[in-house]
Amino acid sequence: MSKHSPADQAPIPTGPVSPARWAASYEEEPTQASAPPQANGMTALKPFGWAKDNLFNTPLNAALTLACLFLLWLVVPPMANWLLLKASWSGSSEACREAAGACWSVIVVKHRLIFFGTYPYDEQWRPFLACALFVAMLGASGVRAFWRPWLAVAWVLTLVGMGVLMWGGVAGLTYVPNDRWGGLPITLMLSVFSIALAFPLSILLALGRQSSLPAIRTFCVGFIETMRGVPLVSVLFMASVMFPLFLPEGVTVDKLLRALAGMTLFTAAYLAEAVRGGLQAIPKGQYEAADALGLSYWQKTMLIVLPQALRIVIPPIVNQFISAFKDTSLVTIVGLYDLLTAATVATTDPEWRPYFAEVYVFAGLMFWIFCFSMSRYSQWLERLANRYTRR
Amino acid sequence: MTANAIIELRKVGKWYNSYHALRDVSISIGKGEKVVVCGPSGSGKSTMIRCINRLEAHQTGHIIVDGIELTDDVKAVEKIRRKVGMVFQNFNLFPHLTVLQNLTLAPIWVRGMAKSEIEEIAMMYLKRVRIPDQAHKFPGQLSGGQQQRVAIARALCMRPEIMLFDEPTSALDPEMVKEVLDVMTELAGEGMTMVCVTHEMGFARQVADSIVFMAEGSIIESGSPAEFFENPKSERTRQFLGQILEH
Repeated sequence: MSKHSPADQAPIPTGPVSPARWAASYEEEPTQASAPPQANGMTALKPFGWAKDNLFNTPLNAALTLACLFLLWLVVPPMANWLLLKASWSGSSEACREAAGACWSVIVVKHRLIFFGTYPYDEQWRPFLACALFVAMLGASGVRAFWRPWLAVAWVLTLVGMGVLMWGGVAGLTYVPNDRWGGLPITLMLSVFSIALAFPLSILLALGRQSSLPAIRTFCVGFIETMRGVPLVSVLFMASVMFPLFLPEGVTVDKLLRALAGMTLFTAAYLAEAVRGGLQAIPKGQYEAADALGLSYWQKTMLIVLPQALRIVIPPIVNQFISAFKDTSLVTIVGLYDLLTAATVATTDPEWRPYFAEVYVFAGLMFWIFCFSMSRYSQWLERLANRYTRR
Repeated sequence: MTANAIIELRKVGKWYNSYHALRDVSISIGKGEKVVVCGPSGSGKSTMIRCINRLEAHQTGHIIVDGIELTDDVKAVEKIRRKVGMVFQNFNLFPHLTVLQNLTLAPIWVRGMAKSEIEEIAMMYLKRVRIPDQAHKFPGQLSGGQQQRVAIARALCMRPEIMLFDEPTSALDPEMVKEVLDVMTELAGEGMTMVCVTHEMGFARQVADSIVFMAEGSIIESGSPAEFFENPKSERTRQFLGQILEH
């Protein structure tokens, strides 16, 4: 009876070595042990001294160090040669054939195709501008000082602007149907929109899974388990091929929109489980305190539970975001040209076909830039969220 | 039972699965009365006061608070929770909100009070529990005693008619117990109706109008502090008092 968690928040009994103190001193140990006595020695000793102390201090360490150096010698020089030193940076495919390294000219020649797919060549400044606008707004949305109501207004304007740029058909821009879109805009829009829509949906699913109403709980469990039980490829396939069969005749839903819906539902199911983990980490006392103050279910959820739960699950949520971003490359199965598909198309040109590895390295780099940015941003967000609440 | 009772329990029964937590508990508490509930652990004292604001639901009998019977009716429960403040053993402050935000959250959202108005009232309560300078800190930055005083102020900001205390000093370091008891004693002096589960017998002797002793889910005996301490009726009570007063 209410004896569930005395250890949670109760002060730890003050003994000679309480667990908390022991843990604290354990964490501090490395700095304490190495900082004061060796600080002087460190500056005095040159790298040789440091290596002797740390890399060759025992026979085993010496052997491991030499083995690592040997491996590096095997891998690094050829890699540097291929990537940079002997690479061919411009010119024709003939020049590449003579070079011993990578053929980066293929990127120079094909970058428009990789980035924008089959969008009309002369109009490609439009998707470029749309992407630049989109990325700039995403960046701005991450800045805390900009978290103001006008940011929502700016987003509405940005989305309208992107629509105008991409489709055209107004203001003297020629109309480009969205089955000609491809490359980076598809990857960015599909991933960002599916994540943005899946996130609130996942919170509802996670809450529903814990609901005391059996109908809601059963629906949420069923949805999550179904979506998690099938591969994304089959969800996309169903959204693209099977879903239209259920629609009344004459009604069509855009292919891009169907893929977006599939991605959104799939991502929401996974995110819901991450969010549920956070909900379960909230101590029972928080619910009780909110109840005792007379807060309603939604007040309790929005003001007390979610603000704490979502902070806890920033790492798994971002993990899922990154995963969803990369999964957009699977939309190729329903005939959409994302960045990776466009890159694949670029390698089909007979003249440049031998250099497909370079194209994939470049496409991989593009994915990496976005994913790494997300990862770094989440680390900053975590620090911000925990700045005051760390106990 | 007394006609002007603000809290009334009639033959209240509660089970956790097959475990019989409360057995026919009947008690009547008048307006402004201070009741201390004590007893060995597992005796049902926490369960009983948690039934009064329906953090736990009772299964048999009746609980009537300020004329409203507690049932599954959510509206009735909400009404009662507005009248009843609660202080927990583990404080249960909201760690993501500042002290001031902890105090103003419920009055703003539940009572619909203006932020400026309730902030002024909240600062007044923080002064009364003697920590106005901590208003903009987070709970994690305060000591246990300070956190519990914030919790008391948080409950008071809802202007309750009844305050429930569920072992408010049990999770505190010994040197912090007094600062919390002092605040509670002061509150008692102002005429608040208080039901307090505690092992602090000094506090009970000084503040309580009546003391209720529970064991194995039943009320064994109740009476004034003088009667209870000097002349306990049941053997079980004598045994408990012997154990608790020895040290």
